[in-house]
Amino acid sequence: MKEGRISSPYIIWMTIFIVFPILLILFFGITIRTDEGFKLSLENFQRFFEPIYLLVLWRSIRLAFISTVICLILGYPMAMILANKDLKMKNTLVLLFVIPMWMNFLLRTYAWMTLLERGGIINSFLSLLRIPPINLLYTEEAVILGMVYNFLPFMVLPIYSVLIKIDKSLLEAAEDLGADSYTVLRKVIFPLSIPGVISGITMVFMPAVTTFVISRLLGGGQFTLIGNLIEQQFLFVGDWNFGSAISIVMIILILISMGFMSKYEKENEGAGLW
Amino acid sequence: MKKIIKAVVAMVLISTVIFIMTGCGQSKPTLKVYNWGDYIDESIFKDFEEEYGIRIIYDTFATNEDMYIKIKAGGSDYDVAFPSDYMIERMISEDLLYEINYNNIPNYKYIGDEFKNFSYDPTNGYSVPYMWGTVGIIYNTTMVDDTVDSWDILWNEKYAKQILMLDSQRDSIGITLKKLGYSLNTKNVDELEAAKDALIEQKPLVLAYVGDEVKDKMIAGEAALAVVWSGDAVYMNWENPDLEYAIPKEGSNLWFDAMVIPKTSKNKENAELFINFMSRTDIAFKNADYIGYSTPHIEARNLLDEDLINDPTAYPELEDLVNCEVFKDLSDFLREYDKIWTEVKAR
Repeated sequence: MKEGRISSPYIIWMTIFIVFPILLILFFGITIRTDEGFKLSLENFQRFFEPIYLLVLWRSIRLAFISTVICLILGYPMAMILANKDLKMKNTLVLLFVIPMWMNFLLRTYAWMTLLERGGIINSFLSLLRIPPINLLYTEEAVILGMVYNFLPFMVLPIYSVLIKIDKSLLEAAEDLGADSYTVLRKVIFPLSIPGVISGITMVFMPAVTTFVISRLLGGGQFTLIGNLIEQQFLFVGDWNFGSAISIVMIILILISMGFMSKYEKENEGAGLW
Repeated sequence: MKKIIKAVVAMVLISTVIFIMTGCGQSKPTLKVYNWGDYIDESIFKDFEEEYGIRIIYDTFATNEDMYIKIKAGGSDYDVAFPSDYMIERMISEDLLYEINYNNIPNYKYIGDEFKNFSYDPTNGYSVPYMWGTVGIIYNTTMVDDTVDSWDILWNEKYAKQILMLDSQRDSIGITLKKLGYSLNTKNVDELEAAKDALIEQKPLVLAYVGDEVKDKMIAGEAALAVVWSGDAVYMNWENPDLEYAIPKEGSNLWFDAMVIPKTSKNKENAELFINFMSRTDIAFKNADYIGYSTPHIEARNLLDEDLINDPTAYPELEDLVNCEVFKDLSDFLREYDKIWTEVKAR
């Protein structure tokens, strides 16, 4: 009874701002606008499965996947360094790592624009070395860079939080039994950190696959991702029905991958972020 | 538990009272203005507030479509908006605009007659012209050594990755249709398909599809060629004299932006007051002098700097623009344009 009363504001909030909008998206997604009003139809989904839009979907998944892999490769060693108990400056390092996250990510992305452009800081530096300017901005690499830069902390922090909880006596036991440090990493530390890695992957892949700001600012409107497509349908074309259908496809994809991840996490008795 | 509830209720009551009281102190009437980004001298809002005690709330949009959808969807309460010709036509036909009472806008008489009686507002009942101009190519003379007189230069591989296109569907598809020798108001599907193929063919050469950033990029020499509106070209030339503007010989788009009162307005008279204020000679001059766009206001134009009045970028003779067309509302056929632009961008 008491719990019910406490949770009711949250339930109302979620109904208004989560459940209701999703129902609206569902409604728009499975209807088309005709002169007589809305008509039930799966035309929007049919349109989405045209090759051109599948290409957009494929591009989103591909770029998000590449970014996630890079984040993992960069983030895992970073998390291990941060989790190292002997490190003197540990707190300072963690703080330095977290501070940029307090700044608006749009601002940080704009900063990359001035760094990467032809007359930007990187190219000015290259010209000092007598290297002719190269096109850095408005390339696919710039989009990936933007994703990695913005989402790296979401990879490092879950892994870090799992790593610091690992019982050190396990590592000592492994070493006593003759394992070298590489074997300890491979056979003990890494398997124990899997839950953190899984939440890290989820937390990088999801926002990367749905982003639309990074691809517009750093990709110059040339690398349309699924998020750009949705934005375009709602804001410029006004085809809410098609936009909603794409959103539904997106929601389904996210649900599938979350289901997959949570199954994996249960098997490993997860200690991730959720 | 009861104590807590009482405390919460008391808090809410107190804050409500405070909110209402402070609200009264500064309850100036407000007017919501919806304009293109970078398209007005914002100090004019202060002048207006000082003179009439009405505070301006200012919002901006990036394309006509953007603005249209926001007004059409409802939920907004803009009093004055600044759409272009074809969008005004569409908004009139969809009953989204109030008829203006021109008795409240005596300054309308200063607007040149050649800017009235256009097909987008045939009865001159819904709009007061704000600015006009053309679409053309701005190029950096230090980076381009060919003559720029045709849209074809935007398809020249020599300038690969040095070309900026507008991220605006009517404009980008429009100039492509012109390049191919078609009307930019075409309703012929084959012609549109040809334009789509040309745009897809051009895509590898394009550095980026941009909006207002085009100005900073061109001024900084980040690209060699860009499609721009003439008023922006004037401003860019002020900032970087290496930049020159050309209207391609195949013809281009001649456009007019005007002030209208959308049906979302809650105070039509104040909106008319604002439009009249914007059309007052000193204010129209101050604005045109600041943003660099071409004003249809005769008196304001005469006050401008000689160099600007004689600059064919800003004030071409209307007779010289025979190949140029004004956009028309395409009503339902617009869906084809939407689709083509989506496909070009998605590619």
